[in-house]
Formats: sequence, C-alpha cells, structure tokens
Amino acid sequence: MSPAVETLLTPSQVSDRRALAAHHAPSVSMFGRMLLRAAVLRRRRAASGLLAMIVAAAVATAMMNLYVDVQAKLRTEFRNYGANVVIVAKDGQSLPVDALDRVKSVLGAKTLAVPFSYAVARTRDGRSLVVVGTDFDRARRLNHWWKVSRWPGAPGEALVGMRAANAVTAKADARQPFELTFQGKAIKLAPAGLLQTGAGEDSRIYLDQSEFENWTGLAPSTIEVAANGTAAEVDASIRKLGELLPTAEVRPVRQIMEGEANVLNKTRATLYASATLVVLTSALCVLATLIGWVFDRRRDFAIMKALGASERLINGFFAAEAAALGVVGAILGFFVGIGAAAWIGRVNFHAPVVPRFGVFPYVLAGSVAVALISAILPMVLLRRVQPAIILRGE
Amino acid sequence: MMFPRLVYESFRHQTRRKLLAGIAITLGVAVATAMIAVATDIGDKINRELRSYGANLVVTPQEDTLDVEVGGINLKPPSDGTFLNETDLPKIRGTFWHHNIVGFSPMLPVTVKVAGSRLPAGSSQDVTLVGTYFNKPLRFGKEDFTTGVRITHPWWKVSCGDGKESPNCAWPEDNSQNVLLGERLATKVQRKAGDTIEVSGHQLTVSGILSTGGVEDDQIVAPLALAQEILGKPGAVRRVFVSAMTKPPDALSARDPKTMTPEVYDRWYCSPYAESIAYQLQEVIPHSHAEQIRQVAQNEGTVLSRIKGLMLLITFAALLASALAVSAAMATAIYERRVEVGLMKALGAGSLAVSAIFFAEALLLAIVGGIVGFSAGALLAHEIGRSIFNSQISIEPVLFPIIIAIAVVVTFAGSASAIRRAVKFDPVFALRGDG
Repeated sequence: MSPAVETLLTPSQVSDRRALAAHHAPSVSMFGRMLLRAAVLRRRRAASGLLAMIVAAAVATAMMNLYVDVQAKLRTEFRNYGANVVIVAKDGQSLPVDALDRVKSVLGAKTLAVPFSYAVARTRDGRSLVVVGTDFDRARRLNHWWKVSRWPGAPGEALVGMRAANAVTAKADARQPFELTFQGKAIKLAPAGLLQTGAGEDSRIYLDQSEFENWTGLAPSTIEVAANGTAAEVDASIRKLGELLPTAEVRPVRQIMEGEANVLNKTRATLYASATLVVLTSALCVLATLIGWVFDRRRDFAIMKALGASERLINGFFAAEAAALGVVGAILGFFVGIGAAAWIGRVNFHAPVVPRFGVFPYVLAGSVAVALISAILPMVLLRRVQPAIILRGE
Repeated sequence: MMFPRLVYESFRHQTRRKLLAGIAITLGVAVATAMIAVATDIGDKINRELRSYGANLVVTPQEDTLDVEVGGINLKPPSDGTFLNETDLPKIRGTFWHHNIVGFSPMLPVTVKVAGSRLPAGSSQDVTLVGTYFNKPLRFGKEDFTTGVRITHPWWKVSCGDGKESPNCAWPEDNSQNVLLGERLATKVQRKAGDTIEVSGHQLTVSGILSTGGVEDDQIVAPLALAQEILGKPGAVRRVFVSAMTKPPDALSARDPKTMTPEVYDRWYCSPYAESIAYQLQEVIPHSHAEQIRQVAQNEGTVLSRIKGLMLLITFAALLASALAVSAAMATAIYERRVEVGLMKALGAGSLAVSAIFFAEALLLAIVGGIVGFSAGALLAHEIGRSIFNSQISIEPVLFPIIIAIAVVVTFAGSASAIRRAVKFDPVFALRGDG
C-alpha cells in the first residue's frame, strides 16, 4: 500500500468535490462514498481504531452484565447459609395444616420451606432430650452445612445429633436401636447416621415428620424458609406471609439477613469501582487510538478545506466517520462482551450469566460519545491551522 | 553524546505527543496497580465482612451435657453439667492465630423465675437469662483488649422498645446490675427500658430492649457476673463463641491432626483453618472442646472464593484494557513520527540506531509513567479501601518493581510493531511529505 494513494484524490473525486462545494448541498451518495473510501484506504488504522472500540464496548458490556447478574448469583450463594425467614406458631396456637402451601403461594413453588416440630422426650435412663420431626429431603437441601454420615431412608430410622448419640447409645457410632418415651408413649428408633453442625442440632434427634406425628400427635410449630430476592423483596414477602398466617409470627433471621446485606453491599461497591475503572481505561484506549487517527489525517482535512469544503461539512464528515466506528464497534463489542460475561459466569459461578440486552443502548451511546469526543478534540486543534501549513508538511 | 541529546530534544519539542503517551501509561499503570491491590486484599476484607455473620467457633466443656432447649427456653436443670472457667478466657488472645480472632463472647444460660405481677394469674414464669460480655475490657499479658457480643453478634440491636435507638436505652455496663430484655419477652411481661424487673429474687433494671431475630428475643441478657451470682457459681461459663477469620477449607484442613506427619502437622497448625484454630483453642482452655459452627464456617469459604475469583477475572480485564490503552497510545505516538525517521535514515542512521532511540524514549516514558501511575494507583486503592471497607488497602512494596517491569514490557510490546513499520518506511516518501 503506497501512502501516496491515501491522500491523493483522483481527478473525478476532485471535480466531485468542486461541484459539491458549489452547490453547498452535500449529496448523500458522495458523503457515503467518502466515508467508505476513508475506511477502505486506511483500513489498517481504521481496523486498529475499530479493534479498540470493540474491546472497549466488550469490556463495558461484560462489566455491566456482571454488575447486574453477580448480585443475583451471590444471593443464591448466600442461600447456602440456610433459612432467612422463620415462621413460628404463636403461643397456644398452631400453624394451619396448609401452612406450607400458603408459603409457597406467596414465595413461589420453588422456594424451600421446611417444617419442624419439637418435643422433649426421655431416654430409657430418664434423661430428657429434644426430638424434632422434619422433612429430611427438604432439610437436606436447606441446610447444606449439616454434616451427616448417612441420611435416614427407611421407616423407623432417625438422624442422631453428635452429642445426643452419647445419651442414647453406648458407643458413639453404634447402630443399635434405642427407645424414647414421650408422655408415656414409647417409640423404637434405629440410628441411621450422625449429625454434626457445631450448634444446637448436635443435641437433638431428628425423625420423619409423619412418624413424629404418629408418636407425639404434635404438628409442625416452625417453618424455616429460604426466601430468594433482594432485601426489599424478602421484607415484602414477610409482610404478606404475616397477613396470610394470622396464627403465626413471621420474622426475618437477622443474623443471616444482615450478614448477607453487609457482604453484598461491600462486594457491589467494589465491583462498581472496579467496573468503572475498567470501562474508563478502555475508553482511554479508544481515545488514544482515535485521536492519533484523526490527527494523522490532517492532510485530508487540509485538502478538503483547500478545495472549499465548508467547516460544517468537514466536521460532519469526521463526526459521521467516528459515529459509524462507534456504532459498528458497539455492536460487535456487545456480542463479544456478552460472551465474556457468560464465560466468567461459568468459570466462577458454575452458572451462565443471563445476557442482558437492556445494557445495549448504554454501550451504544457510550461508544458513540467516546468516538465523537476523540474526533472532535483534534478537530478543534486543527481548525486554527491554515491548510497551507499542513499541506506543506510542517 | 548524540544519543541522549536526540532523546532529550525529542521530549523537549514534542511535548504534546509525549504527554498523550505518558498520560496513557500513567493511567494504565494506575488502574492496574489499584486493581491488583484491591484484588490481593479483597479476600482479607471480605473475610472481615463475613464476620458480621457472627461466631464461627464454639468452645464447650469437654464433658458437656445435652442442651435441652426449645424456642429459646432452656429446659435443663440450672446447675447441671460442667463449666468452663472464666479466668481461662483471656488466654484465647495467646493462641497462635490470635490476630485472626476478631472477638469472643462467653455465654452462661441460667433458668430464672420472672415474677410478673402483670403475668396471667399473677404467676411467675421460667425464662432463660443469659450472662455474657457486652464490651468487656480484658488483659492478656501486656495487651489490653475489649471483647463481647457487640463485636461477635453485630446484628443484635438495642432500643427503647419502639425500635428506635436512644441515649436513654443503652447496652448495660459489664459490671452493672442492668439487663437487656428480649423484645418478645418484653411484650409478654410488659416492661420497657428504665423499668425494674424481679428475677429470682434480684431487682434488676432494664437498660434496653434487645432485638436479635433469634432465640434471644425470648430471653434476658445480663452481664456475665450477674448471671454467675444468680446461679451461685462464680467464674462459671457454659460456652464461648469465638469469631475468627479463617482460611477456606481444603484437602489439608479436613485431615485429623493425630494422623499427620510432623511437617504436615506444622503446616496444618500454622494455617488459619477453622479446624486448626479450634484445635488451638482447646489447647489453651483446659478441659474444653472447640468446634466450628458449620452454618457460618462452612459457607464462608464458598462466598469468599466466589468473590475472590470474580475480582481476579475483573483484574485481568483491567490489566488487558490498560495494556491495550498503553499500546495504542505508543503506536500512535510513533506512527506520527515517520518524517523524523525518514530524515534520520537519509542522514545515514541504521535501523538499529533508529529503533534504539524509540525504545529509549519508550523506556523513559514507561518508567516515569510507571512511577507516577503506581503512586496514583496506590492512592486510588487507598481511597477504595477507605470508602468501601473503612479500612486501609495496603500496597506491598514488592509490587513496585513488578509493576514498573510490566509497564516497560507492555510499552515495548505496544511500540514494537509501530517502530518496525516506522523503520521500514521508505525515507523518500517520508521526506516528500507523503507521510
């Protein structure tokens, strides 16, 4: 590629430009041709400008996608801490039979809600301990941190807390059945496995809710719920549940809710700061590339001016060129960015980040704005220079 | 003599171009420095924030009896079981990982009778009174420190009973006869802050209403000394909650220290795993058993590693963007100087000499921009740490040479292709002004 070709115009182009200047009415086809020729003839520099634009748009897209999605992803992680809402029957009252269904009607069918019922039973040697009836399948999904050697499967099997095991069996891991009595009624249970949590659960014995109810006649008094959503959404759910279950007290687990809010806020702020920095840097990258590009073309600028093109036409030309670059870069970069965000989601959260097409207008507007700024900045500097000086090569 | 002068004159006369490239390098380095600093420190910062979930370790007497507790009401006979000794507690500050221990709170639950004239039928009611430290000044060796539930249980809130905080309703002093009343219990016995309440024969003042969202809402929380007095066992502690910053569990952490070889044991002992800190707590507190509270301890690791991984990936994006920005600026700066190259070559300079000049300039720019950018980045990281985490993000001095080296490499890489093209450029075209 000879550099001479880049700036010299063919005779027909020159006459075109004269005609154009005489009419003071730029024809659309001419304008488009100029834009196209500029891109084709300086494809190397145009390509590097476009590349910078694509990278910037991609980074911005990925950051915005992550910023929105990571919070949702982290909330899911935080649900591993267990229930954030507890429903407890008020004194002397019990939960309605369909309480679980009512909870699901408010929070959605996928919400994890686990019933618990409590009774104090006696061992054969007269020691009292707490027996809990629950739904093992759900408790297992709610309380990921429970360390269980084996979950009960067969009827008559119980999950025995680490410390409760010492009270009911001779040796800690003996599998021999034991007997408990509640208000004179005895039940024989086989330990399925040991439960270790480091908290109150270690002193309890868990059995299946239906067996528990047959034995003690007690219905669930507590429902632990892992409610998804933002703090405001959870608050709204708590209010709704309170109205729906008048015999119960619905309260947030403050330890979980506040810990989550705290960590999430800090993470969000850090993410925001980093995303801003990254987007600014990539905008800088575009500026550096495009300013150089426009400066480099001061000869084109001078020739156009010498041939009588109006200031408006020249500005329009460079602006249109920059805008076109911005638009193309934004579109290509958007898809690259979506891909990058999805990849980060898979690598870090083992779940894809949902593409958010809502961020596209922002990416587009930002790209065009940065491109225009990088075109206008050198234009302002060049406007003061006489075309002759530029063309003389100084 | 000629070479330094060429470089010097180039900087003197082409201030604008040098400035543009210099700014790009400075900003690029600043962003890279700040992001690296934040990413390396984020684990520690988030770990500290995760402490707002409360204690992750609990110390109990070795021969502890079962807890018989439903809905915050302790059904166990009051003096049943064994206790830890309160005087052993400051030794927690003497463990290997004491810098990682944010705080600890002893607990002594006592079942008491609340005489309630306003209770149904004038009866009294069994209520659990928990003795603890609120913000107790302690001393270990030469070190003074304070600890208590205000540090380990940050979600506990004290109000006057209407949800609002007020100077009249405050946390009790650790040496006073004042107590906090759980909010549900307060409604039940119709007491508010400032009232007195008779607890097992003691007249106590309610200094505030406690809201925790947990079982404490049905309990009375009192200074530890008062609970010991009511129980009649001075120095007794039922359990101690310890809040420590831990390292996420891995293959080593889960192993049994008894089966380890001495080297592995040393490595295990000197890593702040929840398991090894629990082991060390057991060592310093006689006849105790320390265990992790799995709900808190097990989940920290996942949250921590997710956030760290995220920051790492974003840091890579930041480094990439900075490297591109620097390369782009350098390429532009060199591309503009083809005429100069033409002139130099026409005067007999070889490709090597021309490249050397450009690389020398790039080196100078990279070092100056690197130093300014590193300082700016350190400042930026400091600001981020202060405004988001209310604590310092410190920059490791060892980062400085690394950052400067990266800046030089990236600047060289960014310049290389532009320099090659500039050197290959035919001097005739350049001098004719076709550049």
